[in-house]
Amino acid sequence: MSEIASSTWFTTAPHWGWLIVFYYLFGGLAAGSYFIAALIDLIGRREDRPIARMGYFVAIPCLMVSGVLLLVDLYRPDRFWHLFLQSNTMRPIFQYWAPMSIGSWGIIVFSLFALLSFLAALAESRHLSWGWAGHLRPPSIVGRVIAVLGILMAMYVAGYAGVLLAVTNRPLWSDTPLLGMLLGVSAMSISASLLLLIARWRGLKFPGVRSLDRFDSWVIGLTLLVLVAVIVSLGSVARVWLSLWGALLLVAVLVGMIVPLFMRWRSARSAQTSALAAVMVLIGGFILRTVIVFTQQGIQP
Amino acid sequence: MAEPMGFFTDTTVCIGCKACEVACKQWNQLPSPEGGANTMSGDSYDNTRKLDGINWRHVKFVEQFSEDRVGGRWLLMSDVCKHCVRAGCLEVCPTNAIIRTEFDTVVIQSDVCNGCGACVAGCPFGVIDINPVSKTAQKCTLCYDRLQAGMEPACSKACPTDSIQFGPVRELRERGAKRVSQLNDGGESRAYLYGADEKMLGGLNSFFLLVDKPEVYGLPPDPKLPSRNLVPASMFSALGALLVALIGVFSFRERRSGEGEDRP
Repeated sequence: MSEIASSTWFTTAPHWGWLIVFYYLFGGLAAGSYFIAALIDLIGRREDRPIARMGYFVAIPCLMVSGVLLLVDLYRPDRFWHLFLQSNTMRPIFQYWAPMSIGSWGIIVFSLFALLSFLAALAESRHLSWGWAGHLRPPSIVGRVIAVLGILMAMYVAGYAGVLLAVTNRPLWSDTPLLGMLLGVSAMSISASLLLLIARWRGLKFPGVRSLDRFDSWVIGLTLLVLVAVIVSLGSVARVWLSLWGALLLVAVLVGMIVPLFMRWRSARSAQTSALAAVMVLIGGFILRTVIVFTQQGIQP
Repeated sequence: MAEPMGFFTDTTVCIGCKACEVACKQWNQLPSPEGGANTMSGDSYDNTRKLDGINWRHVKFVEQFSEDRVGGRWLLMSDVCKHCVRAGCLEVCPTNAIIRTEFDTVVIQSDVCNGCGACVAGCPFGVIDINPVSKTAQKCTLCYDRLQAGMEPACSKACPTDSIQFGPVRELRERGAKRVSQLNDGGESRAYLYGADEKMLGGLNSFFLLVDKPEVYGLPPDPKLPSRNLVPASMFSALGALLVALIGVFSFRERRSGEGEDRP
């Protein structure tokens, strides 16, 4: 064993691999899409409502994929309900100090809000004939309450995944308190990119599309800053990235952050450039998650 | 609650016979690795290599030899779950599968565990892993079933040199301190107890006498609880969410005009 950078070097890697990488991607997209949709619903222009509707439509399938991924990742998927009920007493189990416990409940509660907003979006687009469902979105009072609570839960779901990594003893993950912030912020950026991509693909011309572009650029900048802070906070542990994983991280930064920012700066109003930049942000976000999940695996006691 | 029970492992008298490993495997009916395939490490007498879901005792072979093999020594240590008083695995388990027993030991209930892996990453010592047969996280139970029947754990019972000693933790600590004094008086000034006091995770109910730095034995010099990051990581996540929300408000709030025209 080479020089020891941290006491976390002596721990065992959990078997969290590609399923978790994809969970971080789809969970982040679900949370971010809902966040953006509800924010547009609450404070945006009325003509941008179709973009918000798109966000609600994206959130639900992403959440469903996330749920399946988490379920399959358990070694005993038949016991997934042990996360919610004490298996011998059948009483609810909620451990506020264990991120996996509160995270599981968080996803359930967020799913509820996402479902209500999804129904409202369906009703508004006349895919659903339940008239009452339309009131589950702003501007109705009930809709506003759902959107505000849903936004809070979306931000929670986007961030808890990184907190879960920090509350371990694995190298890298537990050597910085900033991974939750990084994954949370990045979730918003990849979601904005996905919505942008769909909007560009559908040829939408609402002012909100430009707002999405602007939002994404600022959040990419913030993601970059947080990533720098992560590296600084890691101290000598950051040398784990003097490896192939570090090279991949550099690819994520270039492809998913710096180049898209540059492209948008150079031709801010070009729809094609915006769409291409969005694709690159999504690819970069996926690589970033891959690097975060896998880097620690090679470090074993 | 019964008196806290534990192990004192005196590494200076371990001869590397692996009787503890065998006794543990037999009593707990633990499976062979890779379906019984003969897997050799190829570079050491240590073919077990690590603690995991099917190896709850592991005799570490630390070879400290010079390049020319003229001078050197073997450090042998039978490693096991530390049964920490403040246990990292216990605090991250989301299903309450991990419990503290009346003997102050830490036990994973295999019928409750759903194999999420949180404890695997949470243990500061890399003790826990998934048992491929039960598909649940497993580790040393300090022979909970034997303790309940008033018996000694299988490994310490089988140890021929008393390198592994079992008993009330209070008594073991006294015994360990005496042994350190004895070694110091005999000229082995490097001897010390690892994890016997409360500074390390509230005390390890399974502690060790070592004669080199912890990391030489593959032990963390400064093990910590996973929960140390809970509050700061949550606060930074909240800060990130707040910043994104602010950007969102400035980006999406209703503006007067002049936006929305795109070039193809």
